[in-house]
Amino acid sequence: MSAIELKNITKKWGDVTAVDNISLSVDEGSFVVLLGPSGCGKSTTLRMIAGLDTASSGTISIAGKDVTSLPPAARKISMVFQSYALFPHLSVAENIIFGLKVRKVPAPIRQKRLEKVVDIVGLAGLTDRKPSQLSGGQRQRVALARAIIAENGICLMDEPLSNLDAKLRHDMRVEIRALQQRLGMTVIYVTHDQAEAMSMADKVILLRDGHIEQVGTPEGLYGKPETLFTASFIGTPPMNLVELANGPEGAVVLGGSDHVVFKGPGEGRVLGVRPEDISLSDDSGLLVELTAADYLGADTILNAPVGNQIIQIRVPGRYRLGEKNRVHLTWPQEAVHIFEKASGKKIENSNITTGKVGNAA
Amino acid sequence: MSEHKGSMNRVYGWLLLLPAMVFLTAFTYYPMVSTFFVSLFSDGTATRPSVFVGLENYQFLLEDDIFWKVLVNNLWYAAGTIPTSIAIALMMAIWVNNRLPARGLVRMAYFTPTVLPMIAVANIWLFFYTPEIGLFDQIGSVFGFPSQNWLGDPELVLGSIIVMTVWKEAGFFMIFYLAALQSLSPELEEAAHLEGASRWYIFRRITFPLLMPTTLFVTINAVINSVKMVDHLFILTKGGPDNASSLLLYYIFEVAFSFLDEAYASALTVVLLVVLAIVAVGQFTLMDKRIHYR
Repeated sequence: MSAIELKNITKKWGDVTAVDNISLSVDEGSFVVLLGPSGCGKSTTLRMIAGLDTASSGTISIAGKDVTSLPPAARKISMVFQSYALFPHLSVAENIIFGLKVRKVPAPIRQKRLEKVVDIVGLAGLTDRKPSQLSGGQRQRVALARAIIAENGICLMDEPLSNLDAKLRHDMRVEIRALQQRLGMTVIYVTHDQAEAMSMADKVILLRDGHIEQVGTPEGLYGKPETLFTASFIGTPPMNLVELANGPEGAVVLGGSDHVVFKGPGEGRVLGVRPEDISLSDDSGLLVELTAADYLGADTILNAPVGNQIIQIRVPGRYRLGEKNRVHLTWPQEAVHIFEKASGKKIENSNITTGKVGNAA
Repeated sequence: MSEHKGSMNRVYGWLLLLPAMVFLTAFTYYPMVSTFFVSLFSDGTATRPSVFVGLENYQFLLEDDIFWKVLVNNLWYAAGTIPTSIAIALMMAIWVNNRLPARGLVRMAYFTPTVLPMIAVANIWLFFYTPEIGLFDQIGSVFGFPSQNWLGDPELVLGSIIVMTVWKEAGFFMIFYLAALQSLSPELEEAAHLEGASRWYIFRRITFPLLMPTTLFVTINAVINSVKMVDHLFILTKGGPDNASSLLLYYIFEVAFSFLDEAYASALTVVLLVVLAIVAVGQFTLMDKRIHYR
């Protein structure tokens, strides 16, 4: 049985449709990430699950029970807010046990559970402080502690790491994932950062303009993007998406050399290939001129303009420009994704009119 | 060299303070000190120059029945206006902070009494309170209540003045509460709501404590206003009947400018200043400890 299930959920603000007929299910104990650019409806979806906003239509059920019209408190969920929403006038301890006090849990039990969660999130010795006396990371931990002390089993997180610096964000990412697995929590996590989604999620739900673009494991979204949007959103740097044109012998890169990318029509199609799947070759492949090299330590990102498009190539180690700027690019056939430009949909391999891909014609 | 620079800085510092110091001294400190000195002398006339009488004016004050009556009036007035206007202001602010139709219009309606000139307000209420033909009596007569002389009856007059003051002040204080409420993150309320807290619980444990700085500010203003009232009394009752609606400052005004007893008025003023100073110190030291400032 899924812990949370949304059926045909729609949310309208006046004439604007924020969430358009979304259906999804979340398995118990899994870490699900709602991913998407700002304004895609991910936060609205989360707030509807929490009960802070009400759906215009559709049903939400938690643990098999229809909660669509129940108030937030009756849904047995916890939430971590982007701003943490800590009560500034209460101490760390009072913040954490706020909900227990509301529900009139006896003081000895409160104390016991407080000690336990303080230990889990690593706030020992800080419980008498006010939130303003804590660092960003510590405040984040208080918010987490407040969410897990309720022992609800379901925790909603709304961009909880966006106020932290990069280093801390990485540490907290690992920590939240470990905590979720240790406590067996069901987590729905909203973010616009695909790196967070990739590193933490069991399942990623990619949203765009209020509808679900693609659902899958991180590997699934990375390796098998079904649409141009998914391909362009996942990965840093994202997948190269280059427009094609019809050449005399098959599809060629628009504005590039006559090198045939595959046999078949090219016009109206887009070729997708990840930067790390491209390799440099001396004699065969697409001839390009390298114009920029962005050294990142473990690898270097090279830029190669073709017509008015830019292809990015990830090569290991350091690559210096100037030594050899005119190179050929090749890639294995299985790394290639072909999309229809107009609809943004992937074209299945069987329909491409196959040919040798990436090799010199 | 650095010593020279330091002394120059000191000069700049004093120069920056100078304008405020000049005005405060000329219009606040000097009048306070001179009032105190005047209160130690008898009131002089053309034939009888004023002489030093020590605490005689204060002695007279203790025996002055009107002073005690006015003081008690003022305490009732303060007790009637301060908590009521603050409570109503807070309630109105919470209400107009919600999403409601014509919110701007409602806010403006609440704030209108504040922007009206004091004299205009008094004239409006004079009409409300007029016996037989006034608004209150006309409404009352519909329900069969007898006509009341609201401002002429010693039992009713102070209450009538209190109601009018609350009407005027609540809207003003509401603006401060409204501003404070809007600076609170709505996520705090949502977080508490998720934990199952009722609206009253959220108000008691979250909203009200976070509004405490505003409450202190508003309380101090309300206290100051409660001893500042002159103009309404001047229009409505002139302190009567039988000093039933006279308040401290109005009595001081009468003594100084109607009875022309400058010395006694000065003694009364000094008492008022001392009372206000004690209240202010008390408010800051007692309430400050319990307030969370962000």
